Amino acid sequence: MIEIQNLTKKFGDFKALDGLNMTVGEGIVFGFVGANGAGKTTAFSILATLLAPTSGDAFIDGKSVVKEPQEVRRIIGYMPDFFGVYDQLKTDEYLDFYGACYGIPERERKVLIPQLLELVNLSDKRYEYVDLLSRGMKQRLCLARCLIHDPKVLILDEPASGLDPRARVEMREIIKHLKAMGKTILISSHILPELAEMCDEIGVIDKGKLITQGNVEAIQAQLQGDRHITVKVLNEVEKTVKFLEEDPFVSSIEVMEGHGEITFIYKGSKEEQMQLLRKAITAGLSIYAFMEEEKDLEDVYMAITKGADTK
Amino acid sequence: MKGIIFNPVLLKELKLRFRTFKSFSGLMFYLSVLIIFVSGFLLVFTEFSLTGFFKPSESFMMFSVISVLQMGLVMFMAPALTAGSISTEREKQTLNILLTTTQTSAQIIVGKLLSSVAFLILMLIAGLPLYSIVFLFGGVSPWQFITMFFYYLVTLIAIGSIGIMISTLTKRTIVSMIATYGTMVFLGFITLFFYFIGLSLEQLFIAQNPNTAPFSPITYFWASINPGVLIVTLLSPDIKSALTESVGISFPNWIIYLIFYVLITALSLTIAIRKLRANMKTNR
Repeated sequence: MIEIQNLTKKFGDFKALDGLNMTVGEGIVFGFVGANGAGKTTAFSILATLLAPTSGDAFIDGKSVVKEPQEVRRIIGYMPDFFGVYDQLKTDEYLDFYGACYGIPERERKVLIPQLLELVNLSDKRYEYVDLLSRGMKQRLCLARCLIHDPKVLILDEPASGLDPRARVEMREIIKHLKAMGKTILISSHILPELAEMCDEIGVIDKGKLITQGNVEAIQAQLQGDRHITVKVLNEVEKTVKFLEEDPFVSSIEVMEGHGEITFIYKGSKEEQMQLLRKAITAGLSIYAFMEEEKDLEDVYMAITKGADTK
Repeated sequence: MKGIIFNPVLLKELKLRFRTFKSFSGLMFYLSVLIIFVSGFLLVFTEFSLTGFFKPSESFMMFSVISVLQMGLVMFMAPALTAGSISTEREKQTLNILLTTTQTSAQIIVGKLLSSVAFLILMLIAGLPLYSIVFLFGGVSPWQFITMFFYYLVTLIAIGSIGIMISTLTKRTIVSMIATYGTMVFLGFITLFFYFIGLSLEQLFIAQNPNTAPFSPITYFWASINPGVLIVTLLSPDIKSALTESVGISFPNWIIYLIFYVLITALSLTIAIRKLRANMKTNR
């Protein structure tokens, strides 16, 4: 559905995008992860036909953003990271205006607007002035605006930024609903665990380049070489530590005094890890918990971008 | 064409414009200036008494002065209405959303222009009752009246187009306002200044070469594109002949004015339309 080919954007000498290549399939929720200045907003602006690339091209549903921008605008719904609203315009008028901008006949708009307000849970704010709505409500209204022409692709730049926890949850629920509707969604966020919940795939961008792309589990698996393991014992902490020290794959053992909790890094394979646990039980150690720390997306991101820096 | 003129941007702009107090206060300011002037004029010419006379020639003079005053007000108000039309959207961060809709750049620009022009026309219409006082006393033909309004329209569309072009090119409204008012000062005053300089040089040249007939097209051009000069020459054939004699050209100055302002409008709108969105094909 979205294909980015060797996309480069220069601002003077600064390369905001450096030969970005990426593919997003139909109906996928794709999370775009990157630090500030990594090139996320630049990439989104080019996809939204707001910015011309220095070189390269991007295709949305087979339409080139460079050669057919007007066609692309018909099939995308774009939500910028920062946006304003018109003063003196009511919520339904706001949606009606954008509906008219997409050429939707007035009769259809009258049916669509209540449905969209219902979807984003703003039905009770239909006759309120837009500038009086809270930030979270404005974000949801902007999302409804993105949907007014029933686009195949949604490009959402930091849709949850600046929202309180409740508003974030509401936004996440709406995006899940849109995913169920079969929309292809490109979403960027700094709140990485949230992306993990919502996205089928993620792409990590750093210094204008895509460092890695794949489904969340696959990327997490890339980092399983160094596993952080926590062991809890009822007693005999010292004996357990001594046992672990004898294993060649164990390092960085730390003991939480008084809790019977020992953490260490394990560099062996899954099979070797299983053998370690079996030997510990056979040796009669009083282990009642043996847990591998799950790496969240934040760790994945930090590890990947750290790797990119050292390359 | 219908889609370009009657577009959602125009309808939204009109709706928003009439929901703000600013528009009504602007209208009030405009009418107040006209009322003060007309009543002052009447009081002065009737010598502050109920027995004073007001002659048709004086009525024509009032019409002339009101016409110049109204042209001045149009030139003063038009930049205020148009110079922020695109830059304000940019500052309020609403422009990017508008640009990702399927509205063409022409629709957006024309919508913005027409909403401002519509408001200025409303101002002119609102001033009509005051203007029509001159008809009570005679001395002015309806044709002169219609001609005057036609030139107001030409001028305000041109100024509006310049304002929108500058607003599209600049990022900040304040810069756009200053640049647009600067252009107004150029058209309203600097052109007149250039005309007088050109005229002085011409007279100096003729004094040194007594057998030479005056011929100064550039000096005539500066006078022809000045809105004040246009109004005065339209109303007074004597001033018009004095102007043509001074430069040795008999070509009607209103034609030059019309061509110049139509070209300025077309050029400004073309630039605004081309520069509104990123040029995808050539900016590579």
